Parts: sequence; structure tokens; C-alpha cells
Amino acid sequence: MTQQNPATEEGPTPVELVRRPHLQNFIDWSADKPEVLVLTADLTNSCEVGPWRDTYPERYFSMGMAEQNMMGFAAGLAREGFEPWLHTFAVFLYRRPLDQLLMSVAYPSLPVRLIGFLPGVTTPGGVTHQAIDDLAVLRAVPNLTILSTGDATEVESVLDVIHAQPGPVYVRMLRGEMPRLFPQSEPFALGRARELGPDHSAYGPDHVLVLTEGICTEEAMRALPAVRERGVQVRHLHISTLKPFDDATVLDALAAAGGGVVTMENHLRTGGLGSAVAEVMADAGIGTRLVRLGLDDTYAHGASQGHLLAEYGLDAAALVRAVEGLTGEPLGITAEDLTELRVADVHSTAKAEAL
Amino acid sequence: MEPDLDRMAQIAHGIRRRVLEHSIRNNGGYMSQACSAAELLAACYGGAIRLAQVDAPYEPPAFTQVPAPGIQSVTGAVVHGPPSPEADRFIVSPAHYALVVYAALIETGRLAEHALEQFNADGSTVEMIGAEHSPGFETTTGSLSQALSQAGGIALARKLKGHTGRTWVFLSDGEFQEGQTWEAVQALAHHQVTGVRVIVDVNQAQCDGPMEDVMRIEPLADRLRAFGASVDVVDGHDLTALTGAMDSASDKPHFVLAYTDPTRGLPLLEQRRPVLHYLRFTSEDERAKYADAYAELAGRSL
Repeated sequence: MTQQNPATEEGPTPVELVRRPHLQNFIDWSADKPEVLVLTADLTNSCEVGPWRDTYPERYFSMGMAEQNMMGFAAGLAREGFEPWLHTFAVFLYRRPLDQLLMSVAYPSLPVRLIGFLPGVTTPGGVTHQAIDDLAVLRAVPNLTILSTGDATEVESVLDVIHAQPGPVYVRMLRGEMPRLFPQSEPFALGRARELGPDHSAYGPDHVLVLTEGICTEEAMRALPAVRERGVQVRHLHISTLKPFDDATVLDALAAAGGGVVTMENHLRTGGLGSAVAEVMADAGIGTRLVRLGLDDTYAHGASQGHLLAEYGLDAAALVRAVEGLTGEPLGITAEDLTELRVADVHSTAKAEAL
Repeated sequence: MEPDLDRMAQIAHGIRRRVLEHSIRNNGGYMSQACSAAELLAACYGGAIRLAQVDAPYEPPAFTQVPAPGIQSVTGAVVHGPPSPEADRFIVSPAHYALVVYAALIETGRLAEHALEQFNADGSTVEMIGAEHSPGFETTTGSLSQALSQAGGIALARKLKGHTGRTWVFLSDGEFQEGQTWEAVQALAHHQVTGVRVIVDVNQAQCDGPMEDVMRIEPLADRLRAFGASVDVVDGHDLTALTGAMDSASDKPHFVLAYTDPTRGLPLLEQRRPVLHYLRFTSEDERAKYADAYAELAGRSL
């Protein structure tokens, strides 16, 4: 079933689409881990853990629509040696119960796992369901590790990374149908960016660096082959660990990219990936230009993922425009030049199951 | 085992005396909480809660660091003795009662006599509003209403592990204004987490003044029963009634609503009504009056 798509060759190769990878993978993964519990807040099937509940009913606890209390129960369970995995929509893990997350869970640094679905504009559920500020809010939470998944391989392999953390973890989780962009032989690695695109060792000092997270990585992988065909040297790193943000590869790449840096994230421009990059650049005295693509001090609204990515400048075309801005040269890239989207209407099926 | 009510009464007296002494010496303290909760904490630490014995009074260490991933932190739970499947746990929710809790711990030989000298001192773990490195604090609860949920998780875990020990929570009545408290009660009832037992200091006073004016919570017993809890309502200064209610059998999460007087044992405090939350003297004259009251209470001058 796996069509290995070498990470070193981003290009028009059609990628494998995987449907609900978390659903069965999490069941299989949990089999030999009796300490793993699941707590939900009335979004069990929406977070793909209905079959998990049916497989391990004694380890599943419905906490109802009461996230503040769920956070406290999780803290207590974790203190007693269990590992609670809270499955709900991301917005409900850090907005309403933020104080509970800070005081009951993060301060004592308990191994509570916050599995946050529907990051950014991946849902047509509109403003109430779109976690566009989670990274900004949660990067300010001490002791918390923050991860983001960008494809099926990361959704599957992030479980081991989370499980290994002694403290609390928040992850931006994808659900439903998604591409497999990265080979299964290259699992999620904490604090390590994924090097995408062709060999960059011969790039000149004026090359451009693109850093993306989550679903924006796929957009970048659509755009960058055409950009490179126009002669622009662009290095691309996929970022999946947002906190801690101390990957030496990223710092070296930022220092080497004399042509400028572009960040693109499924999040506000404020406080997320772009801000983290700006912070480490400033700390290191790297004076390169930085273009941060993200929602620009705005809420989003209910519409399809593709529509929202385009509307808010988070898609392949927006990345092309950002690179053009850095190089000062129009690249003459049209929509037809951009790598064909895997399946144009994938997200219309996601819409049906969105809530 | 029958509760030793005389011993508990001595502990309660000692709590009021120590907190008053500290408040006079330091020009401030959570005095009304000592007056309302003295018998409650005396019962809790005097045997109604089955805590393990300790070898010696705890010498609180200097503050070293806050918790961090993978680091074993100092825990205030050590004063409750070594944890075991049979032993009870005791979680104090209103962390601003810390001074009262420390006094109770000293009275019961669980905390070093001189620990109050470190109260609110820079670099000390004997903090004004306790965190989980402070003596007597098993969890961090100063943001009110979070302890009951935490205790629910602990008790649920202990149920899964087959522990017989109970998980006690000391709550203040103001916390029933927080929605999370009710979320917790409904979850305890729904999941039948009967290992949780709650003792509430219903002193009807909060930071802004009388709860009746700030935000009414009555009829509290009826509301709790409607949420699936069992409830005993007692005079919180009557140790016989209090210990009886704490020991009563229940197949539900059990709440003891202990109605108390936040000036009990120190009538002088009546002059400060309606705002009783924190005692800070407004003049040397007032401080002198409290020193006189101390002499009367303690049978000796400061």
C-alpha cells in the first residue's frame, strides 16, 4: 500500500492518500500500553477514537462537554501513573481550559497528552472550531512540548514521540483523508526538521529558505518545483516540533540563507512558527529578511480548506508570491505550473464529516 | 477507632493561637480562615482522615526549582506520610488557607515547630499561597476549583488500581461559584468515583465580602444532591457532628457541608465585618487590641 516518495525528491509524483490513519494505528499502538487512557469531551468519533473506545472500554472515559474538569481529571490520573490522551478539537484544549492546563497539568509537568484536532483552517467549522492561535497561546506555556503533524506518516509516528516525553505534550493532529508525504521509514523525530527538496549543498549564498509546518508543507511541495525550474535556489524544511525550538539544523539553515527566509503556517502570523523563527534569528544576530505567511491578525470563517488557504495567502501560489518578493523577480508561474494538487476535492469529503 | 475529640479540640485551639500570633507579629494573615476552619482541619489531621504516620516533624527545605519535565520535584505531600494503597490522600483546594494548614501540621507533629518563621520568606517553600512544594500541598490548587477535578482523577486512578484508601478534598464554599466545581461533581457521580470525600468550609465569606452579596450559592445541599452527591450538613465547630459526618457511609461522592463562623474564637474579628478575607491592622491601636485578644486566647502574652 505504501508508495514510497523519497523525501529528497519533491515533485509531481502523485502521493499516496491515506484515510484516517490515526483510527487503527492508535488502537494497535495502545495494545501493549495499559497505562494509556483516552478521555474525550463529546467528540469521540469526530476524533477517530470511537473504535478505540470499543476496543478498550475499560480504558476509555467520557468526560462530557466539560473540558476544564477533564483537564483536572487527566492531571490526577497522570499523577497516579496513567497516561491520559485527551482527544478533542484543538480549540477546546487550550481556550476554555487554559488555566486548568497551566495550573493542573503543565506546572506539575505531568504526562498528559493533548491531541488537538482541526488545527488552523483544516475545518469548515468556522471561527469556533478553527485553532488559529494555539501555537501563540501554548508556546507561552512552560514545560509543554508542542508538535505539529503534516502527513499520515507523522500522524502515525508521532505517538512514539509523545509517549517518550516525561511532561505534557500538545500536538496539532490531522484526521480524515491526508497525504503520505514522508516515507514510513522516516518517522517523526523530536526537534528535527525534515529536509525536503533536492540536494542543496551546492546552493549559493543567496539562496532562499522556506520553513513550513502542518498542511502548509504540502502546499510548499506543490510550489517549489516550479520555483526551482525558474532558477531560484530554494531550500525547504518541514518543521514538526514547535517547542522546544532549538534544532541546530534550522539555525544553520537560517544563517546560510542569504536570499531570505519564508515561513508558512496554518496559524496566525503572530506567535507561531514565523514568530519562533524571528526569535531565533534575532537571538543569533541573523539579519536576513523574513517573510511570515499566516493569517494576518484576522479570524477565518467557515469554508473549505483549499478556499481558506487561498483566501488567506497560505497556499502554493502565496508562497510563489513571497519568493518573488524576496528575489525581486517575477517568476511567471501560473496556476497550471504548480504541481497538480493530489486530489482537488479531498477536502470536500472532509467537510461532510467535519463536525 | 473512635475519634479523639479532646485531642482535636486542642489542635483547633492551637491552630487559632498560632495563626493569630503569626498575624500579629507579621501585621497580617488569613485569620478568619483559621477561625472558620480550625475544627475542620483539626478533624482532618487529628485522625478522621487516615494519613500514614510520619517519623518526625518535617523540616521544610529551601525552594530549589519549579517542576520541569523529567525532574523529580519536592512535594508537600511528604507531611502526609508515605503513600500506600490503603492510606487516605488529602488535597487542600483553597491554597490561601496555607497558614492555617501549616499551623495544623505543626499542631499534629507533621511539620517543624519553627516552620512558620519561613512563612512567605524569600527562598522558602513555606509559601503564603501554597504550591505543591509547600508542606501539606499534594497538588497545585491556588487557582480555585481545580482541586476537586484533580482529586477526581487521582481517585479514579486509585479505583482502577484497586486502592482502598480514600481521596479527601478540603474545599471552600466560594469555589461553588466556579463552573468547574459542578463539572467535577457531575463527573464524580457519573463515573461513580466514590473514593472522593469532600469537606467544605461553608463560612459564607469571600474576598469581596459576604457570599450572599457577592454571589449566592444556596441551597448548596440541595444542589449537590441534585448533581448526584450525598451530603451531610453539620455545624463545623461541633467535632462530634463533624467526625460523624466524615465517617458516614455513602455509595456516592460524599460532601460534608460544615457551616462555620469566620470569627469563631476571636470575637474581635466581628468588628471587621463584612470584609474578613485578610487581616491587616489599620493602626497600632488595633494591633494592640489583637495582642490582648491573643493573651486571652492563649492564656499568656505574646
